[in-house]
Amino acid sequence: MNRLPLIFLGVFVTFASSWLGLVVYPYFALGHLQPLPDEETGGTFPPGNSGLAVAGQRVYAANGCVYCHSQQVRLAPLTTDIAKGLGPRQTVARDYLRAQPVFLGTMRTGPDLSNIGARQPDTNWHHRHLYEPRTVTDWSIMPSFRFLYKIRKIQGQPSDDAVMGLCGPHAPPPGWEAVPTADANALVAYILSLKRNYPLPESPEPPAK
Amino acid sequence: MNPHSLIASFHPANEPDTLASHERAEIDASTRFPVLLFFGSAIFWLLAGSLLGLVAAWKMTHPAMLDQMAWTTFGRLRPAHLNTVIYGWASASGIGVGLWLMARLCRIPLIHSRLLISAAIFWNIGVLVGVLGILAGDSRSIEWLEIPGYATPILFVAYAFIGVWAVIMFRYRKPGHVYVSQWYLFAAFLWFPWLYATANILLIWQPIQGSAQGAVNWWFAHNVLGLWFTPIGLASAYYLIPKIIGRPIHSYYLSILGFWSLALFYSWNGMHHLIGGPFPIWMVSASVVASVMMFIPVVTVAINHHLTMLGHFGALKWSPALRFTVFGAMSYTLASLQGTTMAIPSLNTFTHFTDYTIGHAHLGLYAFFSMAMFGAMYYIVPRLTGREWPSASAIRWHFWLVASGILLMIGSLTIGGVLQGLAQHALAGSFKSSLEYATPFRWLRGISGFLLLAGHLVFAGLFAFMLLKSARRKDGSALLAATVEANPEPAI
Repeated sequence: MNRLPLIFLGVFVTFASSWLGLVVYPYFALGHLQPLPDEETGGTFPPGNSGLAVAGQRVYAANGCVYCHSQQVRLAPLTTDIAKGLGPRQTVARDYLRAQPVFLGTMRTGPDLSNIGARQPDTNWHHRHLYEPRTVTDWSIMPSFRFLYKIRKIQGQPSDDAVMGLCGPHAPPPGWEAVPTADANALVAYILSLKRNYPLPESPEPPAK
Repeated sequence: MNPHSLIASFHPANEPDTLASHERAEIDASTRFPVLLFFGSAIFWLLAGSLLGLVAAWKMTHPAMLDQMAWTTFGRLRPAHLNTVIYGWASASGIGVGLWLMARLCRIPLIHSRLLISAAIFWNIGVLVGVLGILAGDSRSIEWLEIPGYATPILFVAYAFIGVWAVIMFRYRKPGHVYVSQWYLFAAFLWFPWLYATANILLIWQPIQGSAQGAVNWWFAHNVLGLWFTPIGLASAYYLIPKIIGRPIHSYYLSILGFWSLALFYSWNGMHHLIGGPFPIWMVSASVVASVMMFIPVVTVAINHHLTMLGHFGALKWSPALRFTVFGAMSYTLASLQGTTMAIPSLNTFTHFTDYTIGHAHLGLYAFFSMAMFGAMYYIVPRLTGREWPSASAIRWHFWLVASGILLMIGSLTIGGVLQGLAQHALAGSFKSSLEYATPFRWLRGISGFLLLAGHLVFAGLFAFMLLKSARRKDGSALLAATVEANPEPAI
């Protein structure tokens, strides 16, 4: 193998094959999917996200939630994802067409969040949990995101958006309150928008056993 | 095969070494400044990256540690660790080793060293801006591509200088045999910019839609390991093992088979990170098949490296370069065979989404690649500075600290990962139990981080000593043990 042009050609062609198969093909096959119309409400599947939830995606990315939380319900019966209640059906390409970026994830140090908005729809629960996870789930190893909250002295009436029911060593002292920053509100709006339980023809729900 | 036999003298792998030792010394001297610049900055990032990794690891068992600031949250430290070691340490040390090998194998003194010095400066600025950007919260959380879009062009510019330089070196090389290490370097220098440009354009600058991002992400991330780090590590091992023990590579034809099968199969591997995910089944199946086919290049390279060593394992006692390199070569075999099994869907179900994968990543990137780079540096640096390593016992400390550290880390993550995966898969297993199974092993992993950091500090001290003007010159090599061989590692 002393001829460089020949080595170059081989090195180019072998690599180009995977580039065509794993980059160019999905770009055309998966990169231009359209949402399906929801005839009952006039909306779409998957539903569009609010501006706040879109902003929340950036907070989710900036703080690296994806390194512990996946967002995919995988194929059954190869995996037990559906049986263990991560979602009613397998997630498919169309589920992610509005996600930017797509947080499929490769780690489940924490639970999967594909359907967290359906499983836990309470806004205040999420604020309490982000503020100090171990006051909600005592065995959790999730880091606290207190830095997304402002501790303020209560002036007259408590604020409408103050987080309720905080306890533990970092809870604001009496006469003080914890108020979500814009980032915290956006993040919770995004988490609540994670619901992949609408019907899609390409991913029917498996019959209940 | 006896290198002096009649048949062997016609064998293409047994090219007579046509370089006189003064020519070799001249070539080495020409590479001194750029290669030491890449090595020195790489070692700086190695220390920074170990520290970031250590803190991130301890946060898994102590989640309340350093949780009051945004920039020290786990989700920022982890990608900062990854990008520091990938781009700051592994790529820069790989480029340094690649440059030196290129000059030696092209058999000409290094030309246009200013291109390389500019490249080193731009590369380090790019890594610094990128890692600070991640800590500041500008990451898009796309694994292996967290460096923000404003820092990647700096890395591109740096790489462009290196690519142009490599083309010029190949153009002006002395005619003759193209050694197997050069094929690997040539391929790596071509594949990396293609990979990096594709992934950054489609994921960061003009993001494509939907789950196609996942495919591009893992095509990139797996190939950075397989088609950038792996070829450089193998090029280094293919050069150093025969050089140090003084016998040719076991089989020239096996090295051809190993090279082409790696090029074809490795590039298709990436989708095995997404088994059961939102993709057409054929894409995932193609990657599973390619991952299983990786058996061919891995076993081929293993036979070639390990049979070359056969009968010469005694040399591991005295040569630090060989000891680290062979540790790396053996880990490569192990990491790749493990990777093949992890792609089999029924096993992947248990190991995916767990610490097992983190253990595998460190087996590939640390036990194989980083150890190979340490080995190469032990060989190259004395030839650049004209000094010998000051202390054999410090080298021994470096080896045993990092070897025991990385084995403890991989062992604990592997066992903990399997338990975690079994609990997550079992219908009766609660999520809480998957966490509890993993916790003791995460403690052990945290301890292994101290061993690695300590080893890296020893190595950084040794390297700093080699740069000191006042360091005394020694006549003999720093050997780890008395040698029985006639001429171990001639110091040039």
